[in-house]
Amino acid sequence: MSANRFNAYQNHGVGIGLRIPHYDHIFAHQPAVDWFEIISENYMIDGGRPLHMLDRIMEHYKVVQHGVSMYFGSAQAPDREHLRRLKSLVHRTKTPWLSDHLCWGSIDGTYSHDLLPLPYTWEAVEKTAARIREVQDFVEIPVAVENVSSYAEFVDSEMSEWEFLNEVVERADCGILLDVNNIYVSSVNHDFAPMDYVNAIPAERVAQIHVAGHTRYEKYILDTHDHPVIDPVWQLYARAIERCGPTPTLLEWDDHIPSFEEVWAEARKAEKYLIPAKSEEPQLTGAAR
Amino acid sequence: MNLEELQRTMAAAVMQPLTDQEEMQPRDTTGRWQGRPMEEVVGQFIAPNSRLTAFERLEIYNRQYWFRLQTAFHEDFPALRAVVGPDRFQALMNAYLAAHPSRSFTLRNLGSKLSSWLTQNPQVAGRKIKLALDVIGVEWACIEAFDNAEFPPLKLEEIAALGANPQLALQPYVQLLALDYPADDLVLDMHQRQRRESSEAGARPEADEDEDFTPLRLRRYATWLAIHRVDYSLYYKRLTQPEYRTLASLRAGHTLAEALESAFTDTRLSATSQIREVQQWFATWAQLGWLCAPVTVV
Repeated sequence: MSANRFNAYQNHGVGIGLRIPHYDHIFAHQPAVDWFEIISENYMIDGGRPLHMLDRIMEHYKVVQHGVSMYFGSAQAPDREHLRRLKSLVHRTKTPWLSDHLCWGSIDGTYSHDLLPLPYTWEAVEKTAARIREVQDFVEIPVAVENVSSYAEFVDSEMSEWEFLNEVVERADCGILLDVNNIYVSSVNHDFAPMDYVNAIPAERVAQIHVAGHTRYEKYILDTHDHPVIDPVWQLYARAIERCGPTPTLLEWDDHIPSFEEVWAEARKAEKYLIPAKSEEPQLTGAAR
Repeated sequence: MNLEELQRTMAAAVMQPLTDQEEMQPRDTTGRWQGRPMEEVVGQFIAPNSRLTAFERLEIYNRQYWFRLQTAFHEDFPALRAVVGPDRFQALMNAYLAAHPSRSFTLRNLGSKLSSWLTQNPQVAGRKIKLALDVIGVEWACIEAFDNAEFPPLKLEEIAALGANPQLALQPYVQLLALDYPADDLVLDMHQRQRRESSEAGARPEADEDEDFTPLRLRRYATWLAIHRVDYSLYYKRLTQPEYRTLASLRAGHTLAEALESAFTDTRLSATSQIREVQQWFATWAQLGWLCAPVTVV
């Protein structure tokens, strides 16, 4: 089920997020990284060094776009200029699929630049699914939605987060970028069993998986992407691979970024689970076909 | 509350300025909820858990919102901070961000209205308002020059072939500034760090708040400047006043003849010297790739 229509039947293997502090190492050593994930917004510009560096990276590597401000759950229509720039970048990168978050973050044209949680209501299901469909139709490539880490819940919620996710992706007929670290963070913040979440997601829709580190405070966990992945998150990852088969996997490390070798070594820990799974890859069934 | 109303309400709470201790305001300060306690306001839509109240849960987002914007602002305007000092900078930043929250999907545009806002609110910068405005001009021009578009440049012979009075355009990445102070020297010193990237990390990146602050003094000196790119790196180039006037006139859409007429309105240079100077400018501009055909500029 790993290579499915939600990731354009690509099984990219293990990748890491493309970050500026690693450029010199990448160009000097051309490490054997399977793929890089780029933050779309960093390249939705008209010119200059960022696009030049991206073009150089694409001479040697596959890249996949990941966005942070499409806000599929926003109650209002997407910004047309944003969509136009996003599609222009899609043409440049030839990304086989693109992802963004199951959240909201802007209202009346003002942006929070944060991944704000949604109330798990039927109204939000319908509006979010409609918006994902609109974006997917516009960019003309598969879209995967990522579950976010959250720190608050709404009094109006009518279902669990995974029920909400399942309803949205089914109605939007889109893929899932399953972030197992985000599941862990939210499970601690909202007192649920993270394995219940992993077991409930429709495995045939998982286009990609994220792993990352976080920061634990006294009363909650923050999704900081500035530490190695902890064992309980690897356990969730192992279960996800067991259910989904070998799936494109990416390590996010966005703050206090260590050397390229350290980040890449952390990402390659995923191979321990991916390689055995490859030998027993399941057949495509259901929505994955 | 429907989804849109809920999001509007939550956004207002998340974007409400923090207290001086960087905590969520105990009471509404916006007037939106008639000064009611925020615990009561937030409790209407956020649920508590066993460890955190609704107020404490939303406070995480309130703090993240401000920390993220403040960090971006810090990174874009380090020289402004050096001019006005850390305390005044903090107040200026918070007042600006409250007046002009981000209206773009990218934080790159966060400071786009700073110059006009500070011109209308000069008391925020104190006595160094003119220097502060010059520094903001240079720092914002750096952002524009860094990633604005570049169109196919015109070579000298291509410009010559356009006729006696052609319409020329300036590359969008070339930024022109007329300054009261040589603020470029100051900004150059401060802009050694790498540019910020968007990410989804929830951490507050380290700021330079603990750095010692030495008030900067700069003597007034009329300065004309272009900020541009060569091989994807930023460069500053000082211009003469006539050269600046010519380029600014071309940017405004005037023909070459009109631009040159505006350049030498109050000069004592002989006609021969003027011609020689213009020839030198064009040689330099063509070499740097600053000129392009106007039809290509969107």
